[in-house]
Amino acid sequence: MAKAPARKTAAPKQPASTPAPTANREKPRDPAPYDATPEELEKFYREMLLIRRFEEKAGQLYGLGLIGGFCHLYIGQEAVAVGLQSALDGDRDSVITGYRDHGHMLAYGIDPKVIMAELTGRAAGISRGKGGSMHMFSVEHKFYGGHGIVGAQVSLGTGLAFAHKYRGDGGVAMAYFGDGASNQGQVYESFNMAELWKLPIIFVIENNQYAMGTSVNRSSAEDQLYRRGESFRIPGMQVDGMDVLAVRGAAEAALEWVRAGKGPILLELKTYRYRGHSMSDPAKYRSRDEVQAVRDKSDAIEHLKKLMLDAGVTEEAIKAIDKEIRQVVSDAADYAESAPEPELPELYTDVLVEQY
Amino acid sequence: MAIELKMPALSPTMEEGTLAKWLVKEGDTVKSGDILAEIETDKATMEFEAIDEGTIGQILVAEGTDNVKVGTVIATIAGEGEEAAAPAAAPAPAPVEEKDVAPAKAGAAGSIAPNATAPAFAGATERPSPAERASDPAIPEGTAMVRTTVREALRDAMAEEMRKDDRIFVMGEEVAEYQGAYKVTQGLLEEFGPQRVVDTPITEYGFAGLGTGAAMGGLKPVIEFMTFNFAMQAIDHIINSAAKTNYMSGGQMRCPIVFRGPNGAASRVAAQHSQNFAPWYASVPGLIVISPYDSADAKGLLKAAIRSEDPVVFLENELLYGRSFDVPEVEDFVLPIGKARIMREGSDVTIVSYSIGVGLALEAADQLAAEGIEAEVIDLRTLRPLDTATVLASLKKTNRLVVVEEGWPVCSIASELAMVAMEQGFDDLDAPVLRVCNEDVPLPYAANLEKLALVDTPRVIAAVKTVCNRV
Repeated sequence: MAKAPARKTAAPKQPASTPAPTANREKPRDPAPYDATPEELEKFYREMLLIRRFEEKAGQLYGLGLIGGFCHLYIGQEAVAVGLQSALDGDRDSVITGYRDHGHMLAYGIDPKVIMAELTGRAAGISRGKGGSMHMFSVEHKFYGGHGIVGAQVSLGTGLAFAHKYRGDGGVAMAYFGDGASNQGQVYESFNMAELWKLPIIFVIENNQYAMGTSVNRSSAEDQLYRRGESFRIPGMQVDGMDVLAVRGAAEAALEWVRAGKGPILLELKTYRYRGHSMSDPAKYRSRDEVQAVRDKSDAIEHLKKLMLDAGVTEEAIKAIDKEIRQVVSDAADYAESAPEPELPELYTDVLVEQY
Repeated sequence: MAIELKMPALSPTMEEGTLAKWLVKEGDTVKSGDILAEIETDKATMEFEAIDEGTIGQILVAEGTDNVKVGTVIATIAGEGEEAAAPAAAPAPAPVEEKDVAPAKAGAAGSIAPNATAPAFAGATERPSPAERASDPAIPEGTAMVRTTVREALRDAMAEEMRKDDRIFVMGEEVAEYQGAYKVTQGLLEEFGPQRVVDTPITEYGFAGLGTGAAMGGLKPVIEFMTFNFAMQAIDHIINSAAKTNYMSGGQMRCPIVFRGPNGAASRVAAQHSQNFAPWYASVPGLIVISPYDSADAKGLLKAAIRSEDPVVFLENELLYGRSFDVPEVEDFVLPIGKARIMREGSDVTIVSYSIGVGLALEAADQLAAEGIEAEVIDLRTLRPLDTATVLASLKKTNRLVVVEEGWPVCSIASELAMVAMEQGFDDLDAPVLRVCNEDVPLPYAANLEKLALVDTPRVIAAVKTVCNRV
């Protein structure tokens, strides 16, 4: 349990307590937890619960053989995508992530039916059944994937930020990657260019403690990942990724910094994945007790539920949301199971855009 | 209604497994996330978690049972307020139906489609035949020809396109202030400024990814690699990010980017700096691969590449940069991608090449003409999609084919063309197809050994004489 972010101990280690090297430079302000209205709390709850129930259903469909290949579930990490993306401006900001991408799409309000239909490889899927779990995109929502190669999305996201700056459209790119990807070389090539050219990008490390089965301290010489930008002069913040209000608060501080033209910022979100890396994970690298302890003590949804009750949302109202979400997910699964597979000539479409 | 728990598939390949151990018993209350059982797959022992809440009804498959098929009902859970009843003899559902990949028409599987570019035994459905390729634009009578180096032609192509479309920018090492490591981008910084002509750190993987991301985000990057040897560090983005975007997104996300720079052997720079990557890129669906020989093609095809909505790998040659050729002085000279060019007509043998090899083929053809052999020389220009129609039409005429390639022979464009000739032009062949390639060794430094390793005109002539029975 040493690395699991129990709520009390996961208070962000702010640079205030870190010694001087950055003291001669401007720093982003310390983030404050977001002050949400009861309606906003409900909205967060609805989105986080949708992700959890959707992912549970996806796991079930995988077990039934309806979803094939690799399938990486987001259960446990819901507060990260919801807290961060709720702060973005959907009309101008862009988002990119790796292969554990279902949650980020749901957090953007993309129809669960077309996501689930992609998982089952159907023509109605968001990539018309040709991408699958790891390769989903919605240009309409400025969601740029969905990338299967660990770390690739960091360079690609830096390119999205380059495009925002080039066009001067005021947009910010958000590039999510994991603690595992944070050891890829291209991440640092991207950090260098992003800071050099003051690109508008928020680098988000979703530190769920394990890169497949390798824990952060078995793979990372500097295991305080929010410091990974320091040699590029990129400021970092460590955030409790199990608290949606802390996440949202950090997102606002980060956006302030980036929108002011001060260049990139790095957020490390301490979170935890309850399920295996993918569906075929033997779970031998951590104990069942460790997982259970996080679920019991730090679960992001349970925590939010308490906040809602404190804010005066009734048990009945919460139950009603639960019921509604179960229905949405059940409908998505039915849709994804019954939608037809792609027509065979689709094999040859979309290889290239143009005819030569 | 009771929820049926079915034997789960726990890996992409699992069809059955052993129910090693139950961790719950009938009547236990479970909630989402509880571990119900341990299941042994072909790879590992894995935990099977509850997704629903309720009470375990019946356990239908005892622990220790081997070969339990995926999808078999192994237990039931009664939901809140329900009787933990046994299921009504629920049969194991059929595993997900393997959808029949029906041949599009009877007899398609196994029949050899004479014009198919796809493997003849694909069977599933027929690949649509490519549209008729556009020909080069007609050059009006009396158009002035301007002697231009390949280097200048490439620069002019970029500059002309950049004037028209402000989404286009050029990025790479030393492209701006240094004016290009090989002076290809000379003058661009002065005209377009540092926003659009961007010097990068030495960071190929990073800037290839950055460029690809910028293309996804709506710009039109031209990414220069100082040489394609260094693009090895970036090939992941060229192939995994750029080439696959459109297909994987079901056609909704574009990646219009040009990766360009010198490719192939230069001079005396030895093994790490002297390689032809054309066959590598040309093997990847989703890419366009262009490798021009002369200045007019360099200009007209680079302009087409920049305009394309698809990712393009544009392979230049350092040894050609300084050579001068005629470029027609016309407004907006753009050439069609995917169309080979007949450089010289002939009736006795077809010599196909691309890039620097075209020069060798033309020299060989001149010398062969003096000996009474009329060679037709084809410059492929585009390597993907390959203009097999032009090659096959020429083969039909000459019945003999030699491929010249400054690159390794194994898994080359030459070996691909030999296969095309065999699959689609077998009846037209009067002799085996021969290839004239570099020696199958890393390129040595020593002048004599380097010369020995590279293709040259005498080798082309010898191969032509062999297929023409004129040895």
